[in-house]
Amino acid sequence: MSTDLTNTFKQVNHSVTKVDARQLALGRNSYVADFVPNNALIVKMLWSPHPHARIKSIDVSKAEKMPGVKAVLWHGNVPRIPHCTAGQGFPEPSPYDTFMFDTKVRFVGDRVAAVAAETAEQAEAALAEIQVEYELLQPVFTIDEAMAEGAPIIHDEDDAYVPIPIPYEPKKNLVARVSAEAGDFEKGMQEADFTFDDTYETPYAQHTPIEPYTASATLDSAGRIVITTSTQVPFHSRRIVAQTLGVPVQKIRVIKPRIGGGFGSKQEVLLDDIVAMFALRTGRTVFWQFTREENFRTGRTRHPIRVRVRAGVKKDGTLTAIGLDCWNNTGAYGGHGLTVVSCCGSKVLPLYHCDNIHFDGKVFYTNLPVGGAYRGFGATQAYFGMESTIDKMAEAIGMDPLDFRRRNHIQVGESHPIFAALGEGKEGVPMAIGSCALDDCLDKGNAEIGWQNRTDWRGKTGRFRRGMGMGIFMQGSSIPHIDMGGASIKINEDGSFNLLCGATDLGTGSDTVMAQIAAEELCTTADKMIVYSSDTDMTPFDVGAYASSTTYLSGEAARKAAADAKRQILKTGAEMLGLPVEDVHCEDAHVWNADGSRKVSYGDIACYALYQKNQYQIIGTGSHFTEKAPPPFAAHFAEIEVDTWTGLIKILKYVSTIDCGTAINPLLCEGQTEGGTLNGISYALTEQYLFRNGCMMNASFADYHIFSMRDKPPLKTIICPSYEDTGPFGAKSVSEICINGPAPVLANAIYNATGARLYEFPFTPEKVLAAIRAVQQND
Amino acid sequence: MTPTSATVSFTLNGEPQTFFTTPNEKLLDLLRREGYRGAKFGCGQGTCGACTVLLDGRAVYACLLFSMQAEGREVRTIESVGTLDKPSEFQQELIDGGAVQCGYCIPGMVMSATALMEAEDHYNDEIVREYMDGNLCRCTGYEKIWAALRRVLDRREAAPSASR
Repeated sequence: MSTDLTNTFKQVNHSVTKVDARQLALGRNSYVADFVPNNALIVKMLWSPHPHARIKSIDVSKAEKMPGVKAVLWHGNVPRIPHCTAGQGFPEPSPYDTFMFDTKVRFVGDRVAAVAAETAEQAEAALAEIQVEYELLQPVFTIDEAMAEGAPIIHDEDDAYVPIPIPYEPKKNLVARVSAEAGDFEKGMQEADFTFDDTYETPYAQHTPIEPYTASATLDSAGRIVITTSTQVPFHSRRIVAQTLGVPVQKIRVIKPRIGGGFGSKQEVLLDDIVAMFALRTGRTVFWQFTREENFRTGRTRHPIRVRVRAGVKKDGTLTAIGLDCWNNTGAYGGHGLTVVSCCGSKVLPLYHCDNIHFDGKVFYTNLPVGGAYRGFGATQAYFGMESTIDKMAEAIGMDPLDFRRRNHIQVGESHPIFAALGEGKEGVPMAIGSCALDDCLDKGNAEIGWQNRTDWRGKTGRFRRGMGMGIFMQGSSIPHIDMGGASIKINEDGSFNLLCGATDLGTGSDTVMAQIAAEELCTTADKMIVYSSDTDMTPFDVGAYASSTTYLSGEAARKAAADAKRQILKTGAEMLGLPVEDVHCEDAHVWNADGSRKVSYGDIACYALYQKNQYQIIGTGSHFTEKAPPPFAAHFAEIEVDTWTGLIKILKYVSTIDCGTAINPLLCEGQTEGGTLNGISYALTEQYLFRNGCMMNASFADYHIFSMRDKPPLKTIICPSYEDTGPFGAKSVSEICINGPAPVLANAIYNATGARLYEFPFTPEKVLAAIRAVQQND
Repeated sequence: MTPTSATVSFTLNGEPQTFFTTPNEKLLDLLRREGYRGAKFGCGQGTCGACTVLLDGRAVYACLLFSMQAEGREVRTIESVGTLDKPSEFQQELIDGGAVQCGYCIPGMVMSATALMEAEDHYNDEIVREYMDGNLCRCTGYEKIWAALRRVLDRREAAPSASR
């Protein structure tokens, strides 16, 4: 059925041109900063230089009198309202442990006081005149320190709380705990012929979109606060700003223009409350853009996670037990802590057949930068341990790692107990796999990389040694029964449509994908869609761009809205043709009679409905929530060359296959996969946070290296379609899964080249060389 | 004492212009203040390339240059390249090739590529990487940007030099 359907698609499954590509390629005003008037006040923040301290006193009186200064905000002159900066479902499965300003600072880069002034220099000069007296407290830098008996308590305030009943013990620095069991894990371990117990560590890393965090706010003529912000979650921003300022949602409008990348970092409300408060206090337009240093130090990061994998396998390749214990360092605040660690289990464990499962996730506060949502969201961290262990198992039983994975991965029609056991702040949803092209991914990746040429590391000699590695992955598509997306669509006189989406295009191409989906449903072309996203005054609600939900969830909302409009178009078209509605159909932007001899165009139908007879607005609305989170699947392969004298790794070829259901826009799907894969490679090989007393010391692209065009190895993306019946025109998600691959795949390739097994990354030459030398000494 | 205001004169996109500035104002800030907002702020450290403009034909980081360093020189910005009706050849390849994701890096990429095409006659991969290495992109993995640029460069190399 699926193949027949995809053959009939005229708009989806085609690489139509991205709707905003032209304006962006020309550099036309598109992003938040491009719309800020020259006379806007500039915000600068005084950040904590200490990882853990109590603010004994602040004196802002001198700063307030400095030239150009219009307002100063600090804990003494703003409401103290506990909230969470993470844009998530509401009420959030995260602690309300954050205040606009607090009497305590909990990491280097925490807020102390803010100035709004006529110029950046004036704001900075005023910051220098703010007198702060700190009482330094003992900092906590590791999860071991955080959980130690008598550890300093990072959140000792008595007004922090969790808004839903989830475990939260701030006195123990414990942000959250979540566990799940299936079968009998210990029995499974006993039944195994080989057992494994290894601990893997993943590092701090950052999304580093090229557009830093940016926001502006102004008061409109009626006194409402209009926030224009670089966000993935405009509706969450509106709600969180209202909560934090103590004003009604009604008083706030949030506009999302084009966004210069997010990758999860902008699923967080880090600036919007401040610009809104300054706009209220000054009546002026206010602008705040993070510097790159601020983006690194105060912006959100990927949670470092310690992943202990315990697993058992029989000689015949049967997995008898898999256990993951994931200890998550969420830094100074707890947003996304529980949900990220939940996804360590829920997006990883169901990939393999195994009856005996153990999962335990714990999340700890430390006095380090704050973890947040980052593409892959916990799955990335856990897959490093999981897919390294799968390779170790395959070697132990003497099976090819590709064959071992093929034998054990989940298939269409199968379920897994973890789907029901692990949700986000509550139980999950039982789900059977409706689509899976993982075997196709394995076949095509195998052929592309030349897997048959892989040989055992023990036969390799010489300075430069080549190796191959692989891994398989899944993610989800939306959060069932939590996420919601809405869209509306109305017709214009020329047969064009305004498609208003709550869904948030942050550079992903989702506006284009929505246009294609709506056009397919409406039997017109995507270029007839004027897409507008997102604006809390203008567009329907959508939770925002995260959890791999946009195509699958918001796309279905757009399809439903289009179907609603189509019903009205058919009704009016039938009226114009003088036929019963059952006797007409839509095709090529016209309504036709049955034999195709008579037709009316959508433009004529719009004019008729708007001006001529029985007038009404043809407007469709749709909203959608999901019953399941169908996983996309991927198999990744790499061939590398290791310089055994230096430990330097050169990637000769990297292959990313992807089953995203129907690729609504194959070119954009490839682009998503290439970008996420290279981000993952950069994360695996070079990216790291270097700290001195809690202060991130390498806060620039000169010292925190993300891959450049020169660094890019040959990347090959292969789309392996399946058809997901519950998604719009068969689609699942595409964007997150690809970042899960490189760390374990490269670890497996390093092992295959040298016999050195690495348990933490980035795989810097120093680490790789030390591991190679350890192997050589054991020989 | 440092004067608080000054003027700077340079040719901007072919037009001689004089602007008020301050001695410590960066060229990027002047350009954006004057409405040339195609160059973006990405790092302020001369590392990401989102602010790339041409100074006497060379690609430079406008976030590092003081505005007064442009005195008497020729500055070109993305606003001088292509129109909505007729994007430049490279811009059109980027659009058609799915190479524009968030787009924040793209104006800088276009300016670096312009410098490359004007300065060099031959475009082997190593030279192209040399020119483009200072423009970071986090969305695309560079694959489609590279392919789009390569298509343009291959056509130019194939064409007789007179038509360049």
